[in-house]
Parts: sequence; structure tokens; C-alpha cells
Amino acid sequence: MMPGMQVPSHVEYERATSLEHALTLLAGPDARALAGGHSLIPMMKLRLAAPELLVDINGLTELSFIRLDGDELRIGALTRHADLLGSAVAGEYFPILTDAERVIADPVVRNWGTIGGSLCQADPSEDLPAAFAALRATVVIRGAGGVRTVPVREFHVGPYETVVGPGELLTEVRVPVLPRSSSAHLKVHRRAGDWPVAAAGAVLRLGGPAAAPVVEAAGIGLTAVGAPHFVAAEAEEFLRGRPADEESFAAAGAIAADHCRPVADQRGPEDYKRHLAAELTARALRQAAARALGEA
Amino acid sequence: MTATEQHGAPAAFGPMRRKEDARFVRGRGSYVDDIVLPGMLHGAVLRSPHAHARITSIDTAAAEAHPKVKAVITGQTLAGLNLAWMPTLSNDTQAVLATDKVRFQGQEVAFVVAEDRYSARDALELIEVDYEALPAVVDARRALDADAPVIRDDVDGRTDNHIFDWETGAAARTEEVFRDAEVTVAEDILYPRVHPAPLETCGAVADFDKVTGKLTVWETTQAPHAHRTLYAIVAGLPEHKIRVISPDIGGGFGGKVGIYPGYVCAVVGSIVTGKPVKWVEDRSENLMSTAFARDFHMRGEVAASRDGRIRAVRVSVLADHGAFNGTAQPTKYPAGFFGVFTGSYDLEAADCKVTGVYTNKAPGGVAYACSFRITEAVYLVERMVDVLAYRLGMDPAELRMRNLLRPDQFPYSSQTGWVYDSGDYQRQLALAMELAGYQELRAEQRERRERGELMGIGVSFFTEAVGAGPRKHMDILGLGMADGADLQMHPTGKAVLRISVQTQGQGHETTFAQIVANELGIPADDVEVVHGDTDSTPFGLGTYGSRSTPVSGAATAVVARKVRERARIVASAMLEVSPDDLEWDGARWFVRGDPDQGKTIPEIAFAAHSSLELPDGVEGHLDAQTVYNPPSLTYPSGAYICVVEVDPGTGGVKLRRLVAVDDCGVRINPMIVEGQVHGGLADGVGMALMQVIAFDSDGNCLGGSFMDYLLPTAMECPSWELGETVTPSPHHPIGAKGVGESATVGSPPAVVNAVIDALRPYGVRHADMPLTPAQIWRTIQGRPFRTDLAIT
Repeated sequence: MMPGMQVPSHVEYERATSLEHALTLLAGPDARALAGGHSLIPMMKLRLAAPELLVDINGLTELSFIRLDGDELRIGALTRHADLLGSAVAGEYFPILTDAERVIADPVVRNWGTIGGSLCQADPSEDLPAAFAALRATVVIRGAGGVRTVPVREFHVGPYETVVGPGELLTEVRVPVLPRSSSAHLKVHRRAGDWPVAAAGAVLRLGGPAAAPVVEAAGIGLTAVGAPHFVAAEAEEFLRGRPADEESFAAAGAIAADHCRPVADQRGPEDYKRHLAAELTARALRQAAARALGEA
Repeated sequence: MTATEQHGAPAAFGPMRRKEDARFVRGRGSYVDDIVLPGMLHGAVLRSPHAHARITSIDTAAAEAHPKVKAVITGQTLAGLNLAWMPTLSNDTQAVLATDKVRFQGQEVAFVVAEDRYSARDALELIEVDYEALPAVVDARRALDADAPVIRDDVDGRTDNHIFDWETGAAARTEEVFRDAEVTVAEDILYPRVHPAPLETCGAVADFDKVTGKLTVWETTQAPHAHRTLYAIVAGLPEHKIRVISPDIGGGFGGKVGIYPGYVCAVVGSIVTGKPVKWVEDRSENLMSTAFARDFHMRGEVAASRDGRIRAVRVSVLADHGAFNGTAQPTKYPAGFFGVFTGSYDLEAADCKVTGVYTNKAPGGVAYACSFRITEAVYLVERMVDVLAYRLGMDPAELRMRNLLRPDQFPYSSQTGWVYDSGDYQRQLALAMELAGYQELRAEQRERRERGELMGIGVSFFTEAVGAGPRKHMDILGLGMADGADLQMHPTGKAVLRISVQTQGQGHETTFAQIVANELGIPADDVEVVHGDTDSTPFGLGTYGSRSTPVSGAATAVVARKVRERARIVASAMLEVSPDDLEWDGARWFVRGDPDQGKTIPEIAFAAHSSLELPDGVEGHLDAQTVYNPPSLTYPSGAYICVVEVDPGTGGVKLRRLVAVDDCGVRINPMIVEGQVHGGLADGVGMALMQVIAFDSDGNCLGGSFMDYLLPTAMECPSWELGETVTPSPHHPIGAKGVGESATVGSPPAVVNAVIDALRPYGVRHADMPLTPAQIWRTIQGRPFRTDLAIT
């Protein structure tokens, strides 16, 4: 036993042998899916979580994939952070994901933690929900009753809460590929691997002449600042049709900051987090635009 | 050293690989939690959720009914044994398990002994404690308010939270200099509460043998001998029936000097159940309840001339000691060696007042490589020198250079009575500036400032006083701070050195073998170092305050020289000459004028055990013993330069470079010295930029896990740039000064000074650690926050 190890309370454990098996087990009372376990197990050791049954889904290798399928990038829920970080196709179409993955935790966590787990943990300070929200991704949820798809922007219903019900499992994330677009994610943390003090992701689809590009569509994801569904909807709306320039981005940042509801904690006071929402939104938009225009 | 090299003997001092690493890198270390004994039970501590509350009842019935629980111990149980309270290392008392009140969040309330660790932990949830919450004293600056709740009402007649007042220097003389000074500056400076957070948390395995009456305790302790004596005093057990074993220790940093309630509970648990009992705390318990560091609220003042001559330093300190005064420091020094706040400078006067107070926080106060409050003192003076430089518009390196002690002033008596042994400070700072490319950095900074970029260059220069200490002046609970060494020479010339200090990662098994090797001209691999077991090592006070090499290293050199002198007598018999005709060449005693006639230590050792007729003065072997009582302290010094960049939009800091030029006297194993410096530099980065144990207004600890209490990673640490100067300590047998804490002491002010320097365009003169992005941004806004309280 490691010195200093905290011990969880009693828990049953079963390894799912198929997706159907996993869904059956997850329908039991107080069952939790165990993927990377990097959030769930610490919570259990601190006795903040005490599920009756852990359903280990790590054997469901069919849920681990990244592939381009028509005009969507499909990412299996069991895909490890490290795989997404290293994915050339994800990096080519969605640099926001590479940006985000590079600053999520540390290599050890990224080697084992999963994309699905990260979304389902629904930590209000997690990076990926904001990145996928900015991308307007869709998630696929399977249950005994069949398959349903839910926009990421409707997936998180509150801190540590999602629409995934008992007997259901998130299996996939689908990200729409947009022409003439790019993206970026920026984070401020107190130390590498720490949760963000604040982070912002931006996705821009540009139109108009190259010399005076115009925002056709914008996606802005914010995390750790109390943005509803991790989205800066008002700022997105503001940007539509506006010139993709410094003035628009700064104004969008200010709007994003106005509409979030950060809470003071030891990572920083409320005014600082609100400032970061503005600053990081503007910076992410600037970088996304530069990338879309091939300048970065 | 030069002599031995000239004669072709093993150059014992040098970058030898650490002997202990073979077992560590193979996972074969043996720590307290690796100890498994037949029938061993497991303990867990129930801790208070409140910072301050009266206990109205404790119901243990349900826990006792748990099928795997063997005993539940409460404060009432201990009171029956007169063990509910124990003395602290500062002559205060501390509750082992609370009887009347809880006084900090995380305080020990009950102890469960069960068949396994999980059951013990589960049973904690079955204990029902009724608390009547009381207002908590969280802000040290309010602890002495007339209406502040009295924390230590267990002490008869106590009506406030005042612990001590301590003063050093000369108040009147200092006031005179200040009145007369052309320039004075003042600043409020907080060194917030931090925690050493060793990789291995604290724990113990206690095994009381009812038949022999012998108690064996495996413990995470830096001071096994002191612990044994304290157990004898506290528990009334005969000292010869106590054996304390400190196996491999996963980092101490001063946090494993004191005795924690969990150790005592494990001992009582073993006595009560008749079985060995293991208790190992978890990470949160370690962060919340074991020895913190610092928590010094300081006000510094400097008097100077307009041309930058520092004339006097005055300091007043409010020291937050938590709920029990549990600091580990010499009895006569309630504020430790804070008296070195005069720094490395030639002052006309100095004055300091320290007031210690109780608060509803964990006890402790001396940990995290602090050398008895030297970390605080150095931070204070090095921050204040920068404040003065700001005021005078002078370059901070130049200001230091102008005021540093000169080589001809050593031994130097400071205005607070400390006698600095040796140093060449100007050369040391000049070397650091050269390594850093200081003038080029300033030129780059000017250019970047013009472009609106924030770049900072921070300088610190420190002198430590380590190697406590002369027993006439220094003791802990009456135990003088000396250390013993026994050296046994086997017939084949192999040696076993037994020392009283305990390694926690410092490499004693290698360094001390090298000292013996150097004195006797034998390979360091032929010297086995035994430590950490009171049954097989001589008495001494242990490893902390950078005292191992200054004290125990000296003992080792002295005992090896005793062996060498005995060997001379034996050699004289072997060579049939008078001992006076023999000379030592670093590897052999040889006949003066006839160098072919000589004997090595292995040859002599065998002869000492042989049928050779021995002369008077030796009984038949070469073994020797000694106790080293240091004549004075040693004074390592350092010149550090840090370079940072600050993002004004986010407050984020990028640490670009950290140059460290240390002078720790003679370096026995330079590789180990550099390793010590590397670790300390990382410590400093942590404290300067991210670490703090803050408390909210209810006294909840806000740094109780590694999610909240941050350790720096490789991402925050640049590739360290080290340099050295060597001014041997004149009174130490091998001229060594100690280095274990140097970088932890010297790096925080260098990093902070660099960040503050970067913020100069905003007119920033000071901000308190940790300089998180939020704190830096707020400082730029002119609204820094209190880092010791909850951020609101």
C-alpha cells in the first residue's frame, strides 16, 4: 500500500465483457462506470463518492477510436486523453482539442483518463466540456432502450450532473467538420496539471474576403467561470456577421465575461476570473482566426 | 584532500554515486508502511471537523461493535493513563486525543484499532461525537484582540492567546540610527503558512512485548534518539526498554522531528491489544495536522544612507503557532534563529521583537527546511533590501554588493550576536552575476519594457546559521544538541560507522562513508553506515536544521581520526619505531625519512586483532567513539538570481532561469550537494508561486489535499544553473558547513524579487506569496489580497 493512501468504503467490482453487459450492470442500484478512474477513484478515496458497484468498461475496446466519418469526427468514449492529444486528424481539424489536451492534468493521467469520463464527470472546471461545447459536438448515449444523441450543449445539466441515466453509457462524441474554420483553447492555471482558474475555447468559421474576413459562425466555450452549459452564447451571437478583428474579439470577450457567473475560491477571486473570461475569450478568438486564415 | 590526491590515495571526496540508491531505484527501500509483523493490527484516527468546538459527548458503542474492531481509544481512555496530553518540543502541552475541546480542524479525537486498515477507517464513521461549535481564531492579527476566544483554556488562569514575547538586538541604538537616517523604508511582509508535504506521510508501527516489557516503535522520525527519551518521559516507560527504529524515510524537511498523537496512539493501541499496531496517516491528515512551516506576519524596516549604505534593520513579527506551541527549536530560542535577519550585511544596529500567538490551526511551526526560522529571516531581509533598492532607485545587485560583509571581517559578530565563521560574499555574488549574465539581462529588460513586456530579475543573498549547536546554548527539552559517532574497524580493514543522525534522503550512507574514507585512506565502499536504530547507534539529536554534516559529519571525522591515532600506535609496533616517527600520507602511516616502510589501515586493523604484541595505549582493536559538541554554528551562504516573465493580461509567471551559487564550505560529495540544491530550488518555486495553507473564517483548512496544495512540477522548474565558492568553516574538522536547507532558504526571495521587479512599471514594491496568477493580477490592479485567508 502506498504511504498516505486514503481508503474507500466497501464497493463491488465487475468487469464488463460487452457493451450490453455493461448496460445491464449499470442498470443496477448505484452503479458507476469505471473508465480511467482519475476522478471517480479519488472521490471514492475521499469518501465523497461511495457507489455500490463499479462497472469496469476498460475491456470495451470497441469504444476506443478516433475517425473521420463523412463530415464528422467521431471519438469513442473510451479514447484516452493521450490518444486524442496525439491524433493527427483531430489536430488537423480541431486544434482546440489538441490545445485543451496539452494542458489537461499530466501525462500519467492523460494515458489512462478517457474522453467519455471527462465529459461525464461534469466537473465545472473541466476543459473538454468547454472545448466540445465550442465545437457544438453531439454525444451518443446508449441504453437498454436504444441509442439517443444529445448536443453537448444540453448534456451537462449542472455541476457533476449529466443527462446520462441509470443503465445508460456515453459511447461516442461526434464533432462536425466545418469548412474555413479553426479553433483554439487557452487556459490559466496555477501550476501545470492543476484545474484551470479559467479557460476559454473558441471556434470560428470565417467568410468574406481574406483581407477583411467576417465571422460566419462562432463557438465559445468557457470553463471554471460558471458559464451556463460551458458556453458564452451571447458572445457567439454578437460575433455573427461581424468583422473577424481585434475590436470584435475584445467586445466578445467583454460580453462573455458579463454573462458568466464565476465564484471565488483559492484559485482566484470573482473579479479576476471574470477578467480572465474576457481576456482568454479574446485571445482564443484571435488565435482561432489566425489559424483559420493560415497565419498560425 | 589535495594531500591524499598527491599520494595517489583514494580521492574520497567527490561525486560518488549514492550507496542507498541501489535499493531505492529497485523499489527495495523499506519504509514504515512496509513493516509487517505477525498479528499486526491497524489504527485510524478520528479527526475534528471543527476548528474550535467543545466536545459534549463521544459514543463509541457502534464502532466497538464492528466485528473487526479490537479497540476504540478516546481522550477519556488516555486520561486514565495520564496520557491525554503530552509535552511539545517547546515546553507546551498538546492533546494526544481531545478531552475537553477541539482546537483545530483535523485534531485527533479518537483512535480505532482494527484487523485491517479499511475496517479501521469504516469504524471511524460509527463513532458519534457531539460538538458545540465555538468561534474560531483564524486571523493571527486578531488573536490578541480583547474579545478573541481563548483557545488554551485548558491551562489554569489563561485569559488570552499570547504565547511569548522575544526580543533580540538593541532597540534604543536602532532607534537612534533610524532617527538619524537619511532614508527609511518599511513594509508589511507575510511569509504564509506552508507545509513540507513529504512524499511519505507520517506513521508508526508500535510493538509492545508484554513478556519482556520492551517497546519497539518503527517511526517516520528524523530524531530517533530524542523520541526514545521523550517516550520514556511521557509514558513513564524505562528508556532501556524502548527501541525506536527509523527505517527508510521518504522525506522529512523538519516535519518528522516532533512526536505526533498518532504515534502515541499506536503505542497505546499495542499496549491495550497486546498486538503490534500500525498507523499511517493519509495525505490529507498529513497536510492538515502535521507540522506546518512559517506563518510569520512581519513588518520590516530599513534605515540607510542616500547613497545606499544599509545602516540598520528593525523587525516586528507576529508568529502564528497554531493551537499548541509545538515548534521544534532550541529552548532559549522561541523564534528559532530568526536573529539572522540582519542578513549578510554590515549593519550599525538591529532590533527585533517577536510575539507568538495561539490560533485555531494545526500546531508545528518549524518544518520545510527552515533551519529554525532562518527561512523567514532571510526572506524578510532580502525582500527589504529590494524595497530599499526600489526606494533609492538603485540596482538591487549593486546595493547588495555595496553592503555585503568583506572577507576580512570574518569571523564577524552580527548586531544580534551571531558569529559568522567565514565567507567571501562579493566574490560569490559576482560569480552569480557572471553566470546569469546580469548586465545583459538588465539590457534585455530595458528593451522589453519599452515594448511593454514584463520581465523581472530577482537577486537574493543569504547567510544561514546551521549546525545546532553548542550544548551550552542549545538544547531541545533539556537535551543538548550534540551527536555521537562510533567507528568499528573489522580485522580486514572494513569499517562500520554508527551515527545518531537519520537520513531522509540526504545521502548519509554515502557522505559519511566518504568522510571516514577520507580520514583513513580506505575506499568509501568499505564503510557501512548504520543509522536510525536506537539499539545500534550512539545517542544524538538527529537530522534537521542542516545539522547532520556540521555536527555528525564532524563527529565522524573526529572518530575516524581517533581510529587513525590508535592505528598509529599499532603501526609503530608493526614497524618497530616510535609513533612519533610515523607520518600519515592519506593512506598509510609511514616511517619518516623511509617512505617505503609504511602500513595501511587494513594492514594495521588486522595486526590489531592478531598476535602482535601491542604497546600501551591500545587494547586490541582500533574501534573508537566520540561525541561532538559543536564549538559554534556554521554559516553557509548563497547568491541566487532568478529571471521571470509575467503576462500582464493573466498574471501568469514564466520562470525562465534560476542561478544558484552556494558556498557550503568543503563539499564532500558535490553531486549530493547539487541534488540538495536542486530540491531546495524547487521548494522555493513552490512557496513563491503556488503554495499556501490558508483557512476560511470558520477555520476550515483550505490546503488539505494535493488538489488544493500544489507542489511544483518540472513544468515550473527551469534547468537550474549552479555555481560554487568554497570558504571552509574554520572550526569544523573538515571545513564543511551544511547545505540541506540552503536553496529552500535562498530561492523564495529570489523568485519573489524577480516577479516584483517585473511589476515595477506598475509601481509595485511588494506583494505576498504565493504569487499566483490571481495575486499578481490583483497586485497590478493595486488590490492584492491576504493570501493566508480564504479568497473572497
